[in-house]
Amino acid sequence: MNTDTFFSAGLYISLAVFGVGLLYKVFTWFRNDVAGTSQTTGQRVGAFIKGFFATIFSPRIGGLLKSFILDGLLQLRVLRDSPTRWVMHMCIYAGFMLLLLMHAMDSIITSKIFSDYASTLNPFMFLRNLFGALVIIGVIIALVRRSKMKVLRRISVGMDRYAIIILAVIMLSGVGLEAVKILSESRFNYMVENYAALDDEEVLPLKAYWAKEFDVVFSEPVPVDDEMMVEQGKGEHDISCAYCHSKPTSAFMSYAVAQAIKPAAPGISSQSVERGLWYLHILACFLGLAYLPFSKFIHIFTGPLSLMANEVMDPKTSDPANWATKQALELDACMHCGTCSSRCSVGISFEDIPNMAIYPSEKLALLRKFTKGKDLSPSELSLLREGNSICTRCMRCTDVCPVGINLQDLWLKLKEKLDRKGYPEAFSFARNAVEAEQRAKPAEEEIRFVPGGDGFEKNFNLSTQAHTFSQCFTCQTCTNVCPVVASYENPQEELGLLPHQIMHSLRFGLREKTASCGMTWQCVTCYMCQEHCPQGVKVTDILYELRNMGYSHVTKNGTGAQASV
Amino acid sequence: MKYAYFPGCKIPYYVPQYGAATKAVFKALDIQLADVEFNCCGYPVRHLSQHTYVLSSARNLALAEREGCGIITPCKCCFGSLKKAEYLLKESKELKEDVNRILSRDGLKYEGTFETKHILSTLYHEVGTKELKSRVVKPFTKLNIATHYGCHALRPSAVTQFDDPMDPKIFDQLVEVTGAKSVPWALKLECCGNPLWNKNETLARSLTRRKLEDGMNAGADYLCVSCTYCQIQFDTVQSDMLSASGNGARSLPSLLYPQLLGVSMGLDEKALGIHQNILQGPGVLNFVAPPPPTEES
Repeated sequence: MNTDTFFSAGLYISLAVFGVGLLYKVFTWFRNDVAGTSQTTGQRVGAFIKGFFATIFSPRIGGLLKSFILDGLLQLRVLRDSPTRWVMHMCIYAGFMLLLLMHAMDSIITSKIFSDYASTLNPFMFLRNLFGALVIIGVIIALVRRSKMKVLRRISVGMDRYAIIILAVIMLSGVGLEAVKILSESRFNYMVENYAALDDEEVLPLKAYWAKEFDVVFSEPVPVDDEMMVEQGKGEHDISCAYCHSKPTSAFMSYAVAQAIKPAAPGISSQSVERGLWYLHILACFLGLAYLPFSKFIHIFTGPLSLMANEVMDPKTSDPANWATKQALELDACMHCGTCSSRCSVGISFEDIPNMAIYPSEKLALLRKFTKGKDLSPSELSLLREGNSICTRCMRCTDVCPVGINLQDLWLKLKEKLDRKGYPEAFSFARNAVEAEQRAKPAEEEIRFVPGGDGFEKNFNLSTQAHTFSQCFTCQTCTNVCPVVASYENPQEELGLLPHQIMHSLRFGLREKTASCGMTWQCVTCYMCQEHCPQGVKVTDILYELRNMGYSHVTKNGTGAQASV
Repeated sequence: MKYAYFPGCKIPYYVPQYGAATKAVFKALDIQLADVEFNCCGYPVRHLSQHTYVLSSARNLALAEREGCGIITPCKCCFGSLKKAEYLLKESKELKEDVNRILSRDGLKYEGTFETKHILSTLYHEVGTKELKSRVVKPFTKLNIATHYGCHALRPSAVTQFDDPMDPKIFDQLVEVTGAKSVPWALKLECCGNPLWNKNETLARSLTRRKLEDGMNAGADYLCVSCTYCQIQFDTVQSDMLSASGNGARSLPSLLYPQLLGVSMGLDEKALGIHQNILQGPGVLNFVAPPPPTEES
């Protein structure tokens, strides 16, 4: 297969995959539904068209444009989060876009605008290197951030690495290819044959000039020190070459690489190396194009869409059908940048409870899987439950998301989704589970007379507080001041054990019975009991400890195993 | 005076007016509130793991220390949690070492240099009722207020050191600075019911209802609270309870203390976010005393 056929076939295949992939994604935005409303895809498309025209023919068009320009193009939300990250993103985004338009699409864009365009002529040659250098700087910053920042390091997955690898391969193969071409004798011969009508005698001066000024490495010795010869070569160069070739020093990156590999030039400037690099460069570009709809790169479309949609939509006034479509789009708009997770209000909990679903970005990844109708395993559902229960809905992730995803609303919908699936919030789950376990036990097992409690206060995290139950002399003051006890006609029946009975039972080591009784889980934490206790028993704190014990018991090994999302 | 301002998780989304009113009042009093990006105090996760809770609080205390000042918070649950963590970290050297080992991953260290304050304690002890009184330009008349102390600031008193847990005075005096009258009511020191929200909502509502009825019977025009969660309960939840019980049900609207103080100090009621309270009641501005008659009239 010659290179032209390869190029055309590759381009059309990858364009087709890209197009079909993108269409499929758009289709899923109208089909997938986080909240579980019952509209059909058709109804949602209809609602979208109606909403779309209602918006663009209203003053809200201003909001759309504003968010597209300020947050989409200029990335002001990223700048607010971190200037370093803004530089990184701008380098990659601006560099790559400009390379795409000026270099990759030169035959349809650049050559149409500039009639004297040639890829080896300045300013194009210089700019290509400049744009490439921007992307490479951006990729280096990205790599450093991903490896140095604690939360980013934790959440990075294959998807993030592939994106960086593809970008790096495209850039490095491009630079390498240009470097090899600079040095290449065969490329020189090919150009002379096709563009200069010179006989063998005339070629030698041109070779001398190009060896001296353009760094081509020839296998046969070339008289570069013969000034007359070089001068003659310059004359030929001015006639046949100059209108297409600027000096390679302007291609500053490739030129530097060429200088570095020059000693090995006779070996690596062979046609096969040049061709190999060309294939690598082109293949990586096509792969990137075809992979785009399925990778985090899709955020170049979904990011601005999410920003604009959230600018003009409101959960109270928007059509629920459009809200559902927007939420499905938002799941694809997340590019896993980790801003939400790095700044999450409860991210610190991960240091103690190693559940990745505490981090918003990872919770969103699981929610995406959940929404696509794939079955989550019970352990994934448990992790989601725990992560979403620890979340305080503080709104910060929504405030800082660079693509404006309304994460807050996704978490509210996730809670409903988990409730429907039989995975209620962690607190209720633990309460129900310990109560059920206790009910299932035969009555005689409950009584275990081990005075002093079997050393079980060691199970309390903060034992300086907890051991005080042993000072209880059951005066019932705690029970008498308890507003929960006072709320029931028949508290004993509703609550199982009353506060003073819990303190007393603890002296007998009745761990399960106290951790599972209604009082332990209905405590309103007002600290009335503790404040009034004449014996200094930390009643409320002990009830906290019992709930902790119950939770860690029903989640078995601690509070949740390491999750790989 | 400078403090690191700790709004907690709920103010930005659920009760933004509390943050706005607090900032407006403190600005007028020339107390600097530094914005630090804190994390959750750990209050909600405390039911699942005390250790995680202490770690969360300790990180905030360490962040404030890095800022070079102590924390001030408008939320009594955040206040209680941060105080309790300070107490436990002082009590146990091992706990402190363990927490610092984890915090060092973020380059942080908790020393225990500062003490966390609630806005009421700072207003009472640092600014003083005398100074506040001198700032009041629009005193209220005939405004009966039922002060709701809030459990987690008051108790456990050994930890929070907020006020006398059996007979507290601070809040009443602060309310009376504005010209309003603090009415006595039996359930003043009881819980608002919010901690049981999402856990046992029937019981939470019944605790709330009991308090509201007691406040109404005491002749209060408004409740006054100084806690994010109490306000959620008395404003958002009470309003839901009212719509569930239909027309004609009595209500007792709730004001946030910085709103009450702010109005009496003549601050812009928009900036105090009074319009963002769901239950408006008779309108607190209607209780502002008319200006004294000028000589011409």
